[in-house]
This record gives sequence, structure tokens and C-alpha cells, in this order.
Amino acid sequence: MSDTSKTVAELAAGLAAGTFSSEEITRAYLERIQGAGADLNAFITVTGDRALEAARAADDRRRSGDAGPLTGVPLAHKDIFCTRDVRTSCGSRMLDNFTAPYDAHVVERCQQAGMVCLGKTNMDEFAMGSSNETSYYGPVKNPWDTDAVPGGSSGGSAAAVAARLAPAATGTDTGGSIRQPAALCGITGLKPTYGRVSRYGMIAFASSLDQGGPMARTAEDCALLLEAMAGFDERDSTSVDRAVPRYSQELTGSLQGLRVGLPKEYFGDGLDPEVARVIDAAIGEYRELGVEFREISLANTELAVPAYYVIAPAECSSNLSRFDGVRFGYRCESPRDLEDLYKRSRGEGFGAEVKRRIMVGTYALSAGYFDAYYRKAQQMRRLIKNDFMAAFEDVDLILGPTSPTPAFNIGERADDPVKMYLSDLYTIAVNLAGLPGISLPAGFAGGRPVGLQLIGNYFDEGRLLNAAHRYQQVTDWHTRAPGAFA
Amino acid sequence: MSLSNEQVNEIAHLARLRVDEADLPEYASNLSAILSFVDAMNAADTTGVEPLAHPLEMPQRLREDAVTEENQRERFQAVAPQVEAGLYLVPRVIE
Repeated sequence: MSDTSKTVAELAAGLAAGTFSSEEITRAYLERIQGAGADLNAFITVTGDRALEAARAADDRRRSGDAGPLTGVPLAHKDIFCTRDVRTSCGSRMLDNFTAPYDAHVVERCQQAGMVCLGKTNMDEFAMGSSNETSYYGPVKNPWDTDAVPGGSSGGSAAAVAARLAPAATGTDTGGSIRQPAALCGITGLKPTYGRVSRYGMIAFASSLDQGGPMARTAEDCALLLEAMAGFDERDSTSVDRAVPRYSQELTGSLQGLRVGLPKEYFGDGLDPEVARVIDAAIGEYRELGVEFREISLANTELAVPAYYVIAPAECSSNLSRFDGVRFGYRCESPRDLEDLYKRSRGEGFGAEVKRRIMVGTYALSAGYFDAYYRKAQQMRRLIKNDFMAAFEDVDLILGPTSPTPAFNIGERADDPVKMYLSDLYTIAVNLAGLPGISLPAGFAGGRPVGLQLIGNYFDEGRLLNAAHRYQQVTDWHTRAPGAFA
Repeated sequence: MSLSNEQVNEIAHLARLRVDEADLPEYASNLSAILSFVDAMNAADTTGVEPLAHPLEMPQRLREDAVTEENQRERFQAVAPQVEAGLYLVPRVIE
């Protein structure tokens, strides 16, 4: 077993035992990123020298007896997280020249744990996309089939972990952007409860929905990473001041008698039959582990996507008004006057999907339309939350597919925004309600990975991770590597 | 819901986005499709439903009214397109 095929937990154990140094494994990952992985386009920026420096510092820290469990373990950050003195592009021409003057809270936390940042991963522009095709830096390829998209928006992070270019990566999830690419690339990805992980230094898309989280190969790794990432931060006004459990120590519970709901709306029209077959098999595995299934209803599921495509664009149109060509980021050549400076800097700096969403949001918030769109969508949001709260009266977790189909081909949905939006049919409602959700590998359809989604009640990440971990103890889907990257 | 080129132009102006004349029809068609899609919300009866703005419905935290940020002008202006004497430069606004 080569070092780069190890999980975070295995790397942590090897570092603790002195089997290898952080510098050795960091070098091995950097070689893989530049070598076998280069064609995937998973990284926007590789920070090789800084990584080796951080790895040597981690090795020193370990020698001096000061190491934590993750000290010396490499990871990659989605390029939405600000990294001090390192380009932070958010996948956009607008920030192609932007070097962040400070670190995001998540980046600081990972540094404090002694983790080594390998670089910044590719993503849909400003996290707006479900395929990674809206990136200014070009699409990422799915390591399982390079004709296919990796999903999005955290597609570079998902592809990097799947191809063993990094043992773990950070992602952000506004409507499914951790879980959907995790599903399409055959890895494990956790979207925590809204407020669990600080949004400070995470470039804002839709502030009432955005949440950062870990992406790795196993639930155990996600537990280790969430422990490092989560926690109160006064610089994020919606950060929740609540103790962070030792998630990795709580993966021991039996699933005997666990009540899991199957929302009938997640198994209806639009679900690929091959994906349905994989999810059925996973339900069978869980039954053998003692889980009791009940059919539930999340009646407003279908209206979650329309509600989201009002709320997210409305918030984005406001958040992205900060990109004005004055203080940072792209500025057009020779502006005639101030309005021309704003309009051309933004028109040239943003790509088509970002402009579409800004315009939808601007329209929805404009005089005379506010009640019909934004207010209506927020009322839908209440109904969607109520559906989940009613379900959690009777069940401990909810289970279903992460995405209705396996990875589609690059270019296949690029011309049809509405069709693209429907790939987040099962993930979006979770963000509207602010709940935690996890996607884990459960099999294959047509040779492409299929993800299983578990949804928990607020702050129930421990139970989610335990349920995912038990499944990974009796199945081996999470250990499969794409042929070209085994 | 169907938007005209003129309406798209007006929305783009409100958003301070320059859109090429040639791209207007495509934006009109895409934005119309998105707005028709979100009109599906009208199928739900939301009479009397209180809008939900924050998933946990938590109030904003208060803090002491004290200065916590240190002055980092040079660091922040180092990434600006154009500065002079500590000021951000834009085209002349007042003749």
C-alpha cells in the first residue's frame, strides 16, 4: 500500500508511529498532483514550497512532543477559503489576481491542528454550479471517467480526494456542493448544521445557506476533520457557540433499533433506476445492521428547488455587489466614468452563470416583485423546515439518494440551467432547513459512483457520522479507487 | 414569465453588469426559463405562513461597542487595482 492510498486516520497513525514523516508524504502527494493527477484540473493553485515548509514544521512539532492527531496530515482547501498570501480565486476571473490578506477561520483551524495545505482546489465560479463547468479555470474531470463531470461546486476537492491527490479536502455546501460532488466522485462528504463551522473568510455566496465541511474517503476521516474545523468564531455573526463533540470517539454505537425515514418524494419520478437499485441495496445492508425503516413524506421537496433559486440568487446579488473593481479583484481597462468602471469590471469579471444568478436575484428583490418571489420563497422555506421537523418526531435519521443520477458528461447539461439545477433535487432542502447531511459511496451505476445521503436533525452530526461509519464497516465501496488512480 | 431584451437590459443596469447587446436574447431566454421554473412555488398555499430567514431562527449576537479591528490599510490596499497616498482611485466623479 503506497502512502498516498491511505486514509487520514491511517496517515495519522503512521505519522504517530514514525513510519513516515510529514515531509515524505507531502512530497508524495505533490508529485501525484503534478503527475498522474495533472490532467484532472482539480487544482487551481498548488502551494508546493509552502506545503513542504509546513510539513517540516509539523515534523519538528512531532519531535518536540507537541503534535495533535492531525499534525502533519496534508489536505487541500477549496479555493473559496481565503488563504493569507496565497491566491484565492473562487474559480472566477474576478479574483484571478486576488491574494487574500488573511486566513479563513477553517484555514486557521486546520493550520493550528498542524495540517499541511497542498493547494487550492478548482470549483464552480463563486460556488454557483453543479458540475464544475462554470470555473474560469476550466472544468474538472471525474477520475472515474474523464468524460464525466465531478459534480459541483466543490468538484476539484472531490476529484482530488477520489484520485488520491489529497487524503482530504475542504468544501462548502450551499445547495449540495459538498454532498453532490462527493456522490459523483465516490467519496464521503459532510455538510454540517448551519452555524457549526465558521463562515469567516469563506467567500460568501448565499449567507443564510452557506456551510463549510470536510470531504474525505471515510466517515471516520470526516469525523476527525470536523473536530478540527468546527467551533465558535465571534467573527461570523451566525456561528453557534456550542461545544464540539469528539466525533471520532463516538463512532462506536450500534444501529440496533435506529429509526430511519425513507421520504417517498426521494424515490419517485426523476430518480435513475440504476441509482434506485444501489440505494435499495444499501437499505438492505442497514436492515441487517438493525435499522428500522419507515416511509415518511417531505411533501414540499419538489418546491425546494424553485424556492432555493429565489433565495440563493437574491442573497448572491447582494453579496456579490462588493466586487466593484475598486478595492480588490478585476478592474476593466480605461473606464470612461464610475458607472462604466462598475459595469465593465463586473461584466468582464463574472462568467455567464454568475451573471444569470445576480440578475435573477436583482429581479426578485426589485420593487414590486419582492413579495411574489423573495417573501414567497421564505414562506416555502418555513414549510420545508416544518416537513423535516415533523419527520424527526418519528425518525432519528432520513435516508435517500444524494443525487438523482450518476455523473453526467461534460457539456451535457451546460446549455440548460434549469436541468442542471435539478441535480440538487435531494440536497437543496437540507440547506434551506439548515440541517446536517452526509453523502457516502454506496455502489456504481454504469461504472460511475452513486452516493447515499443521510440527513440528521440539528447538531446531530455525531449520529450521522456513526451511521455512515457502521455502513463503511460492513461494505467496501468507500475503499474503491478509480482504475487510473489506484 | 417571459422577459424582453429591454427588461434584461434594465435588470443588468440595476445590477451594474455590462451585457453585450448580442448576448441579450440568450439571457432573456435563460432568465425567463428560470423565472418560469420558480413560479412553481405558486402551487403552494402559503397564506399566513411566517417567512423563515435564518434556519435556526437565532437572533443576531450583540457585542461591546469597542474597536477590535486593527488598522491594516497597507495590507488591504496592496491588492487594490489603483491607489494613491492611501486612497482608492476611481474615474473623476465631480467635474
